[in-house]
Amino acid sequence: MVETGHFALVLAFALSLVQTIVPLFGARLNNQRLMAVGGPVAVSGFALTALSFVALASAYASSDFSVASVWENSHSLQPLIYKITGTWGNHEGSMLLWVLILTFFGSLVAAFGSNLPATLRANVLAVQGAIGAAFFLFILATSNPFTRLNPAPIEGRDLNPILQDLGLAVHPPLLYLGYVGFSICFSFSVAALIEGRIDASWARWVRPWTLVAWMFLTGGIAMGSYWAYYELGWGGFWFWDPVENASFMPWLAGTALLHSAIVMEKRSALKIWTLLLAILTFSLSLLGTFLVRSGVLTSVHAFATDPTRGIFILCILTLFIGGSLALFALRASRLTAGGLFHPISREGALVLNNLFLTTATATVFVGTLYPLAVEAFSADKISVGAPFFNLTFGPLMVPLLVMVPFGPLLAWKRGDVFAAAQRLMVAFAAALLVTLVTALFIDGASVFAALGVGLAVWLILGALTDLAVKSGFGNVATGIMVRRLLGLPRSVFGTAFAHLGLGLTTLGIVGTLCFGTEKILSMHAGETVELSGHTLRFVGLYPAQGPNYSEDRGRFELIGASGSAIGEMSSAKRFYPVRQMTTTESGIKTLWFSQLYLSLGDEGKDGSVVVRLWWKPLVTLIWGGGLVMMAGAAMSLMDRRLRVGAPSRRRRQASAVTSAGLP
Amino acid sequence: MTRKQKRLSVIAGGLAFLGAATGLTFYALGQKASYFYMPADLTTASLQPGQRIRLGGLVEKGTVERGQGATVAFSVTDNQKDVKVSYTGILPDLFREGQGVITEGSFDANGVFVADSVLAKHDENYMPKDVADRLKAEGVWEESKSE
Repeated sequence: MVETGHFALVLAFALSLVQTIVPLFGARLNNQRLMAVGGPVAVSGFALTALSFVALASAYASSDFSVASVWENSHSLQPLIYKITGTWGNHEGSMLLWVLILTFFGSLVAAFGSNLPATLRANVLAVQGAIGAAFFLFILATSNPFTRLNPAPIEGRDLNPILQDLGLAVHPPLLYLGYVGFSICFSFSVAALIEGRIDASWARWVRPWTLVAWMFLTGGIAMGSYWAYYELGWGGFWFWDPVENASFMPWLAGTALLHSAIVMEKRSALKIWTLLLAILTFSLSLLGTFLVRSGVLTSVHAFATDPTRGIFILCILTLFIGGSLALFALRASRLTAGGLFHPISREGALVLNNLFLTTATATVFVGTLYPLAVEAFSADKISVGAPFFNLTFGPLMVPLLVMVPFGPLLAWKRGDVFAAAQRLMVAFAAALLVTLVTALFIDGASVFAALGVGLAVWLILGALTDLAVKSGFGNVATGIMVRRLLGLPRSVFGTAFAHLGLGLTTLGIVGTLCFGTEKILSMHAGETVELSGHTLRFVGLYPAQGPNYSEDRGRFELIGASGSAIGEMSSAKRFYPVRQMTTTESGIKTLWFSQLYLSLGDEGKDGSVVVRLWWKPLVTLIWGGGLVMMAGAAMSLMDRRLRVGAPSRRRRQASAVTSAGLP
Repeated sequence: MTRKQKRLSVIAGGLAFLGAATGLTFYALGQKASYFYMPADLTTASLQPGQRIRLGGLVEKGTVERGQGATVAFSVTDNQKDVKVSYTGILPDLFREGQGVITEGSFDANGVFVADSVLAKHDENYMPKDVADRLKAEGVWEESKSE
């Protein structure tokens, strides 16, 4: 089975070369038969990669330690779920997952792209094939997951205990679906540059792909943040770690792309800019892959320490980013500029959004890469952390967030800020009221905290105002309003929900950062501690045994007003003997949207234990907001206009154009 | 305004915005980036009390003392000099005597390094990269036994 997987991977590499070359020449020669090769090859390439992936996963599931990758990252005592997720919990396996998702997206274009102009489809598949070929070669040459060991070891070396968590089952696949999803936007852009023209079907295709990629990336980042929050035991939800920034940069650029693609689709303006953003977004995804996979960073994620891999990925990076930008420089002038608009209009607002988001991306980029550059060119080592990002990223985000509710209320071409402001009066008054109430009546609220809460309320109510205005709330009878609301395009709901999610996330961040409290103390069994109105009693420390670890679990009781226990919490120190590693399992109690968070420290000589306790108000909204944003993207995807294959006049026209182009 | 003037003003506005952001970024890099030192560097470096730095090295054997409550004191050494560090909080799981560590914080008036974060991201054969590189340069690095 393992050799089958290896063989399938080599075949998939060969097919990806075919997928690159044949359709590309077909499109140049306008040869239908050559162009038609792309589709079936892309689908078979995906099938072979899937076979290869299943082969590796089954080697992991059955603990076949004759495979080097399995031996290094698995153990026979691990629960089955962690054996399987361990498939991508290491460098080799995660690269295989990367190409699996890449070929999956390629085959989707092949399967559903029948309404695309034939040459565009061929070129897109060719570019997709080229990316695939580069990464297949990378895997086969430097990170082969199927390398055998002879003689086979009896027992494996266990998966890194930090990764033995359900988070590993969800976070990397979601993140990769997002990262790699942007490759489609990239391929479409490069294909458009090769052809030297962009037509209507281009924009209609790129926007849903951007939405899909963005939705998964949002989920991946939110999930990763929650995972780090509960697993690392530090109580933080975002560390401005380079690995996090690596996924955050494509997200910011992708958000900009999402917005500029709307302008392009509706008004056929900003074509060249959208194209460039699509290229940059995927370039940042590649950069993220490089940062994480090459081992240039010191982090939990950087398992790889082999420099040959780094140089190989750097070559891929240079080839694709340099190549596409060079093509852009050569060809962009051929693309025609689109419609005109007044600076104060929906388009103008979206341009402003793009300006802020790309600048924010640039600051994160500088903060992430500057320490590497300093280290490379001088002997100094510096670290750039939260203080830097608070000072640069923060001031860029605040005005952007203030402007968000205005955007959807402005008309296309020429908008009226005062009319939009009038409609937002209720939201503004409510936000102001909340700000004042927070500043005056909540203990320990600073001016910044109050303004932060006000901003979040402004965003949330602003998003709802958009729906209210568009359904005619207050102007028409309730029945008509409800009918209008239900009749609104799904994409309007999508926008409102995405912005609502943004507001919720902001509220969660402000609540946690500005109103959170913490205590560090050493406790004996039976003692109680009080934090922000919650009383906890330390019951005691109990040893326990897991399948591949032993632990000391500290049990706590939440004491109610009457003095009796109303809930339990526990936190543990786990010891994994195979890797000789200790991990902390945090204890979390969710109360409404807030959480009580507990982390166990070292045991003292007198039997006391160091305990760190946090009260995190509204913390769950940080990730809940992410889910609402995902829901918004999903609604937008269900919009009739975007549903791939939905029978529409446009489609018939498009296919008419295609068939008219036949010889 | 003519179309050309309009376009120019938009471009000028965008550039001014980018310029402001760039200025802010470099100001922030100058102010907020914290430099990495090892104990031996501290004799030559002139640091004000309160200036944030990262201090890296090995946790000196036999120096870890648990004080009142959750405060821990230990020494960080590079086998040339050592620095007393005080930290209140939970030490990372991988914190051990004789192992590499990076602490972040500043010196107080008494010359004790008060850390607000302690990182020990290593397992048995892995150290913080900053520390490992410097220890190799100082010649005190012991290559981990080959398997």
